[in-house]
Amino acid sequence: MIFLTLFYEFFKAGLFSVGGGLATLPFLKAIAERYPWFTPADLMDMVAVSESTPGPIGVNTATYAGFHAAGLPGALMATFALVLPSVIIIILISRALQKFRDSRLVQNAFYGLRPASAGLIFGAMSTVFVASLFHMEAYSGLARLGDVLNIPAIVFFLIFMVAIRVFPKLHPIVFIAAGAVFGIAFQF
Amino acid sequence: MPTLLELALTFARIGICTFGGGYAMLPILQREIVDARHWATEDELMDYYAIGQCTPGVIAVNTATFIGYKKRGVAGAAAATLGIVAPSIIIITIIAAFIQQFAHLPAVQHAFAGVRIAVCALVLHSVYKMARKGVTDWLTGSILIATFIAVAFFGVSPVLVVVLAGAAGILAGLVRGRKA
Repeated sequence: MIFLTLFYEFFKAGLFSVGGGLATLPFLKAIAERYPWFTPADLMDMVAVSESTPGPIGVNTATYAGFHAAGLPGALMATFALVLPSVIIIILISRALQKFRDSRLVQNAFYGLRPASAGLIFGAMSTVFVASLFHMEAYSGLARLGDVLNIPAIVFFLIFMVAIRVFPKLHPIVFIAAGAVFGIAFQF
Repeated sequence: MPTLLELALTFARIGICTFGGGYAMLPILQREIVDARHWATEDELMDYYAIGQCTPGVIAVNTATFIGYKKRGVAGAAAATLGIVAPSIIIITIIAAFIQQFAHLPAVQHAFAGVRIAVCALVLHSVYKMARKGVTDWLTGSILIATFIAVAFFGVSPVLVVVLAGAAGILAGLVRGRKA
């Protein structure tokens, strides 16, 4: 019975969370309040773990919640249920796109959508930017600029930006690994 | 044409390399899918992201499904999706068993703080590459700036932003068609 409930709840989360991994959060919170599988406090741990382990956040959180509810089979069921609606919808959209790819209307829509996609990603990441590069907890009308700027973090950010321009052939995972090493070495 | 196994393994690799969700996946997708394997063009990748933002579900999964379907139909979509979620399921199941002892170690927290900075730089670089291709005139430039402001400062829903941007593109096409 718990598997049916898991399927139903995570299918719903997958179907209605629009706009990426963190959009599943409100649904997970509702699940935490309704079922004994995990508490809202567990949920914050889950988000922290998901953000710092490989893989999409929504999938990670579903796996984690399913595991807590019913072990490994629960983890598999929750993930399957979360992913199923988007797989069906994307296949339908792909079919339609292949048919209408060359229509003026679709091309004009994408002409407007491409810059929006870049702006959306930059906007969605801006909270992570701010949290990583500034000490927002020090911010007040009287704070000195030096207290708000996280100088070592900004210096490393600039070094990474230059390194990415200079070595565009390096795999991104190299920079991620370097970030972990610097983080431990310089106690970010 | 890639085999189903190639699709699954490639997306499993992408899944392992992705820290911090679908947006952080963009630099890795650009490299593995566009530059190294030519399974999609830079433009197509942007289209998939735009659609992935306004359709339900996890963006990373949506993009994997798109590329899998484009290459090998429904079976390809399933293989790519399975590939991208498999590493998460394995890693998270292991972590779920040990999390309490693990997350509070200072070394782990420092490492993650460093990783976040690297991810910021990588994502900024990818967005710059996208913007250079997508911004072709004053209208597309204003769409980018307006979108950023709407999402970052006013918390406007991405669904609304995508619908409006698409409508602006169609409208601009109509106006230009009439002038020509």
